Amino acid sequence: MIKCAIMFFSKTFRGGIHPAYLKELTSGKPSSPAKDPAQVIIPLLQHTGVPCQPLVKAGEQVKAGQKIGDSDKLISAPVHASLSGTVKAIEPRLCFTGDMVNSVVIESDGKNEIYEGIKPETGNLLAAIREAGIVGLGGAAFPTQVKLSPPKDKKIDTLIINGAECEPYLTCDHRIMLEETDLVLEGIKAAAKVLNVNQILIGIEENKEDAIHKVKSQITSTKSQTNLNIQIIKLKTKYPQGGEKQLIKAITGREVPSGGLPFDIGVVVLNVGTCAQIAKTLKTGMPLIDRVVTVTGRSLKEPKNLRVKIGTLFKDLIEQCGGATKGEIKKVIAGGPMMGVAVSSLEVPVVKGTSGILVLTDKEAVSYEENDCIRCGRCIKVCPAGLLPNFLADAAKLKDWDKTVEYHVADCIECGCCGYVCPSRIFLVQYFKAAKWELKKRKAVNR
Amino acid sequence: MNLEISVSPHVRSPYGTKNIMWMVALVLLFPSAAGVYFFGIKALILIVFTSLIAVITEAVCQWLTKRPITINDGSAVVTGMLLALVLPPTLPLWMAAIGAVTAIGLVKILFGGLGFNIFNPALAARALLLASWPVAMTTWVRPFDAITTATPLFLVNKMHEAAPGYWALFIGNRAGSLGETSVLAILIGALILFIVRIIDWPAPTAYIGSVALLSFLLGHDPLFAILSGGLMIGAFFMATDYVTAPVTTKGRFIFGLGCGIMTVLIRYYGGFPEGVNYSILFMNILTPMIDKYAQPRLYGGRKRG
Repeated sequence: MIKCAIMFFSKTFRGGIHPAYLKELTSGKPSSPAKDPAQVIIPLLQHTGVPCQPLVKAGEQVKAGQKIGDSDKLISAPVHASLSGTVKAIEPRLCFTGDMVNSVVIESDGKNEIYEGIKPETGNLLAAIREAGIVGLGGAAFPTQVKLSPPKDKKIDTLIINGAECEPYLTCDHRIMLEETDLVLEGIKAAAKVLNVNQILIGIEENKEDAIHKVKSQITSTKSQTNLNIQIIKLKTKYPQGGEKQLIKAITGREVPSGGLPFDIGVVVLNVGTCAQIAKTLKTGMPLIDRVVTVTGRSLKEPKNLRVKIGTLFKDLIEQCGGATKGEIKKVIAGGPMMGVAVSSLEVPVVKGTSGILVLTDKEAVSYEENDCIRCGRCIKVCPAGLLPNFLADAAKLKDWDKTVEYHVADCIECGCCGYVCPSRIFLVQYFKAAKWELKKRKAVNR
Repeated sequence: MNLEISVSPHVRSPYGTKNIMWMVALVLLFPSAAGVYFFGIKALILIVFTSLIAVITEAVCQWLTKRPITINDGSAVVTGMLLALVLPPTLPLWMAAIGAVTAIGLVKILFGGLGFNIFNPALAARALLLASWPVAMTTWVRPFDAITTATPLFLVNKMHEAAPGYWALFIGNRAGSLGETSVLAILIGALILFIVRIIDWPAPTAYIGSVALLSFLLGHDPLFAILSGGLMIGAFFMATDYVTAPVTTKGRFIFGLGCGIMTVLIRYYGGFPEGVNYSILFMNILTPMIDKYAQPRLYGGRKRG
């Protein structure tokens, strides 16, 4: 009875905000293939972890799907050529983060030939996922193979699929759930097999009613073929509902311990796009060489969901959306407006974790002067981690790094809710990032 | 192309400090209007004059200390209005001016300006005026005819006389400070602030609730206790002051509770008939300590170190 009552309401977590979502710019637009670029820049570090070493040399011919970089370290993912052509150079190139990252520059031969070694994989699923360079496509780009190999002493009982897509503007996961529903479910089944779990919970925000409906009907139609317990959990539309920790809390009521991982509470979380990619790779053997990117912004002539080859430049994609015809571009964000990274140049490539390219004009991305804190408490109310952002920022401003530890800066997920609501326009997330950076540096020195 | 870069989030809520302060000033027009209705043109002059002096004081202090002049953020206007609302309507203007200069210059700017003051500026200034000119500060007049009289709280608690009816108390037809008398006008203003989420429930609820409950337990009329004196304006507009009250929900509840207990103790056992002013100032002192201990639960359940 109690369970019924809980199910009646959409699930959620503590804190959070309701920004303007503006997903309607692209949510109704089916994903279409982007034009093949004349050249791609493929960074050797696109994931959370250790960079790859190049496996090709300048001047070499490569084909689509051919592995061009790999690492023997555990937390890493290989990278592949996304089209066929000639390697022009292997050199540091500007990445969306603002860093110069060693990258393979490939000039297209226009033939799009597929690498001969590509064939469907039926044997070792985990090895196939690693070889295909699959990482979390939600944005953090953590190697999926690592996620799917929990330590032996951790018993995993639940696989959570993240279809929340809580970032404003972004619709790529929404489109994947609608257009590649069967692939998503196949990927889920493969992941469940690898993890040996039975219970699968798919979390989708209630503003994506059509996706909830589509996935539900697909589950019902394939129910007889599987003994898995797959359920859809309707989530409240609230940012950051798709944050890993918030999603786990909303769906299972469990909390990832401070400093711990979802493994510690028996949970693994995968994004819907990642699941679709797993299925594609197992079916065809094709590694992760393209992804759906939401190219959007109110100033764009025609915002779109595009299936983009990894390595395509932001510039090309904005051009394909007709450019910014309604206003001057002030900021371009890789990802969504809440957690995305502002790029300094449009000559940066799409990488595996690029879920969106958001073009903002000066009316949308207003620059503010920072004022003194008026202690209104809004940041505390919205903080999904239960922190005291105002006091934490005071400590960071004074460079009192020990104090930032006392205020649990390490538990900050950088969702940006505090910065969004702050009426004094204090750059809260910036201070927390700085504090984390300083503490990391200090740790490295002590080691 | 010149692209701007900055740390996320790249979109911000449209509501800034300015919007909040001016909204509060706007809402204070309700109790102000009620005051003018009951006490006449003198009340209007007092409100305008006090607000003006508050703004001028802020501008002069900031000019003297070579800091940016921030009078357009609305906070000085709010302080000036709040001060006028808690003064007797017939107070000589020069005393009100000293109050406004004290509130802004001494209590707010000297402590660092908006966000750094420890005491509620309007209430600290009122306390100073009360200590300096006790007769003028406790000379109350009846609405409409301006005949000198006592406040209901004084009549009931000190003279043991009959109270005016609840309806008179509710609409504000009684002697008292300019803006404290009309519970109706204060509630309308507070309701608006609740709806636009400028104030939240913990402090007012705990404050009014604890005064009602304690009055009842001590054998007094709880409804009279909450309708009389300055409790309503104190609970909704002073105990909810961002700067001088705690920042967390838990802390704000404790703050309201403390205010309620102190108010009841002063009203029934103290020398003054009313205790809202001093109870809030008292709790202002405890605010940093409440902030330290009343913190929200951390995600992940770890105890705070």
